[in-house]
Amino acid sequence: MNQEPIIEVKGLQKNFGAFTAVKDVSFTVNKGDVFGFLGPNGAGKSTTMRCMLSLIKPNAGQINIFGKNLFEARNEILAQVGSIVEKPDFYKYLSARKNLEIFARISGADVSQKTIFETLDFVGLTGREKDKVGGFSHGMRQRLGIAQTLLHKPELIILDEPTTGLDPQGIIEVRDLILRLKNEQNKTVILSSHQLAEIEHVANRMVIINKGQTIIEGSVSELMNAQETLLSIELIDRSDAALQLLKQQFPSLSAEVISPKTLELNVERMLIPAVNAALVNAGFAVVALEPKRTLEDFFIQMTQN
Amino acid sequence: MLWKNTYNEFIKILAKPRSYIGLAALTLLILIILFAMKADGRMYISFVTASFEQTLSFNGNILNGNLIAFIVLQMLIVHIPLLVALVTGDLLSGEAAMGTLRMLLTKPISRSQVVFSKLIAAAVYTFILVVWMGFLALVVGRWMFGTGDLIVLNSDGLVILNYADILWRYGLAFAVAYLALMTIATLSIAFSAFADNSIGPIVSTMAVIILFTIIGSLDVSVFDHVKPWLFTTHMASWRSFFSDPVPWSAIWESVWILLGHNILFVAIAIFKFKRKDITS
Repeated sequence: MNQEPIIEVKGLQKNFGAFTAVKDVSFTVNKGDVFGFLGPNGAGKSTTMRCMLSLIKPNAGQINIFGKNLFEARNEILAQVGSIVEKPDFYKYLSARKNLEIFARISGADVSQKTIFETLDFVGLTGREKDKVGGFSHGMRQRLGIAQTLLHKPELIILDEPTTGLDPQGIIEVRDLILRLKNEQNKTVILSSHQLAEIEHVANRMVIINKGQTIIEGSVSELMNAQETLLSIELIDRSDAALQLLKQQFPSLSAEVISPKTLELNVERMLIPAVNAALVNAGFAVVALEPKRTLEDFFIQMTQN
Repeated sequence: MLWKNTYNEFIKILAKPRSYIGLAALTLLILIILFAMKADGRMYISFVTASFEQTLSFNGNILNGNLIAFIVLQMLIVHIPLLVALVTGDLLSGEAAMGTLRMLLTKPISRSQVVFSKLIAAAVYTFILVVWMGFLALVVGRWMFGTGDLIVLNSDGLVILNYADILWRYGLAFAVAYLALMTIATLSIAFSAFADNSIGPIVSTMAVIILFTIIGSLDVSVFDHVKPWLFTTHMASWRSFFSDPVPWSAIWESVWILLGHNILFVAIAIFKFKRKDITS
């Protein structure tokens, strides 16, 4: 993985009057990352994202994008950024194509009509280009929003809740789209979402913020592997005997029998293969091993702590 | 980037139904005045000239296109500010209300350029309103009522202007009226920079006009030092072109004060908008 930093946020702080929305947020996004930006409601995600797009001026801290200070080289930086903040809003009285033309004209790049049609096709809006956006469903507006971010072929894409309001098929399409942007075009994508499974599927690095502060930042797999996960083990039978075996071989494990065929234990993810091997070597018929701790559990643990 | 976004602004103004409300209302109002004058204009004129008829004799076509244009200007200059504010007060705050301001300001265009592009669009829209008003009042008025000398009643008494000496006065009067309306446009844009909804700046603009007009009309000495500096005091200075001789120094003073207000309001709009946190 290329470690060239694209975004460096250091000690970001933003107050709205007496209210501190962002107290101390720092993180780094490297080139080619799909970077998950997580936090509960009111954590300061949107304020941070707005600061990164110069919509809000922070009271303190520094934002460097492409190695340049955002507030000194704003236009130069934004010419290489495509973004959706919160939800994509458009001129409802204009058609989808006219809306894209308006945003393309001020994108800092020469965007041809061919590119506009190709981008509309890319997000599945071919045939609707002449329709007024006022008649679009929420999902269609989300797709148009994504089209708007891609028009000028930016290096960095910032997506705030891009799958909100989309049906399951739409969510999968957006997820695939993000992975294609990363894998085929080596774009850097920052993605905030309440769909934690979505982050888990597409992000390679992430930051969790809570109450305006960075809680943890790092590689998704490393952060997840470093934590204990709840492992459910399904056997043909003799779950109590299996429990005894595991307690002998892994004394620090906490485990319990759920049923004659099932037991659950808290284990570091890295130890799961060893647990499986121990059971198989002892002659237990393992039907399934299911790690139950997901990013969602990790997120709740981090933000509640 | 300024001109590209100005082009965008024209597209938006042309596509918005409210942009046509002003033009439609103006057309309707002027047509009502024209037809009312056609139907009952003689009585209206005789009511005005009655007090002079013992000492003066009026011959020829008094109720002509030139007089109609003057009446239209006099009647509508009070109402057109609302039609201007209806569009210009929405330029920044309407985008905030729609959420498109957020999209717009994540593009590589400076906030000053956004304000200037909207100002240029507002100036062109106001210009079109004034030209349309001039066309309906003067061209259609002359077509319906013919031409002739213009008789104007002002504070100095009755002024009779030869028909050959009128067009340049209308040209300059419309130019000063345009400057006055641009003051309204810039005021509403300044209010628009503070608001996140469409209606607030429009109502605020009209409230300021009403307040200043009331202060200007109150014959109270405490306001004597303030009145000359209120832009509303100078909004009717277009009338001075129909005096004989033309009071050029008073007109220039009005032009400078209106220009000063325009610059002040644009500066306020840019100052506020550049510092505004976009939370909408």
